[in-house]
Amino acid sequence: MKPVLESDLHAYVDGVLSESARAEIEAWLSTHPEDAERLRAYSEQNAMFRSLYNPVLDELVPAALLAVRPNRWFRHAMAAAIFALGIGLGWVMRGPSITPQMVPLPLARQAATAHAVYSPEVRHPVEVTADQEDHLVKWLSKRLGTTLKAPKLLPLGFDLIGGRLLSGPQGPVAHFMYQDARGQRLTLYVTRQRGEPRDTAFRFSQEDRVAVFYWVDGNFGYALSGEISKDNLLQVADVVYKQLNP
Amino acid sequence: MDRRSIIEHIPRLRRYARALVGDRYIADDLVQDTLERAWNKFYLWRPGSDLRAWLFTIMHNVFVNQARRRGYEIEQTVEEMPAVAVRGTQTLQLELQDVDRALRVLPAEQREVVLLVAVEELSYKEVSRALDVPIGTVMSRLSRARERMRHVLGGQTAVSLKVVK
Repeated sequence: MKPVLESDLHAYVDGVLSESARAEIEAWLSTHPEDAERLRAYSEQNAMFRSLYNPVLDELVPAALLAVRPNRWFRHAMAAAIFALGIGLGWVMRGPSITPQMVPLPLARQAATAHAVYSPEVRHPVEVTADQEDHLVKWLSKRLGTTLKAPKLLPLGFDLIGGRLLSGPQGPVAHFMYQDARGQRLTLYVTRQRGEPRDTAFRFSQEDRVAVFYWVDGNFGYALSGEISKDNLLQVADVVYKQLNP
Repeated sequence: MDRRSIIEHIPRLRRYARALVGDRYIADDLVQDTLERAWNKFYLWRPGSDLRAWLFTIMHNVFVNQARRRGYEIEQTVEEMPAVAVRGTQTLQLELQDVDRALRVLPAEQREVVLLVAVEELSYKEVSRALDVPIGTVMSRLSRARERMRHVLGGQTAVSLKVVK
């Protein structure tokens, strides 16, 4: 018989063992009366906790709790993000008549705005989901006129959920979205850059609640956005960069 | 799936909060802060994943932050907890009150684990995710919590309760 682990004993108490595992524990307990007594006490604790706290389920929920709604600050932030996107689009629509004073939104701001607009989407966060990753990457590559790659971030806990095509100040934008097990989302924004090809180092910008690492590599600008700490985001940005520049 | 579904979970959030902090009003404050955060972060919730587990994760984070702020008071409460009287006879109600008081002796991190498992019936894996600790930590906290409770309650609830310093 294999050794009985303490965790198996707890699983027994909590009734989450399979029938056969359960029988094995019972057999073992029959020759270990002290442990049997201990587990009996644990089961009793479970029962007492439930008797104590289950009545809360039947209480009337205080009206104050039912009245909780998204706060005003959040709604303003969303409105501001959408407004900023509107301004961004406005620039695009203006086309060649752009006045010299008006500079396009910096890359970090464009990316943060797109992140703020699309990452809250519950139903339609992406246009093409990750189960059609090949199609997604081919389609976006074609629209941007380059060979794109969707970085693999699963080792960091972020799973590709898909992507979409956006319109940015410099034309089409590829937007990939990732999510971790806790629902935290990251977006990678890839856009063509105007002017001579150049390379830049990683740059960081905190755009309201959205942290952004961005860099320019040749003719393309990349920006990784998320509502996570700078350090955590940098770790991901580093992996993204290495995968795109093997 | 829409935001209204959060409302369906309020009774369970209240049950867990009550068990966790003991006091009814402090518990409802915890629920209220959790709900506010959940509404504002709802877009981060992954459709199809377990909403309840996600709400417990948020409640844990809010609780840890509040505990950090109120840490002093929480410690006080534990230190000043009246000695559990040694009694010959008791009603079930009294006995349950002792269980509630014994629970307050546990460090918050152990209390969270034992309540998520026993009252909310989350799987060990769900608890590990909700509290963002490895499953081994969940098991060791669970084990310590149960053993401590057993000693506080004197091994069996039918006999007089011992005072544990």
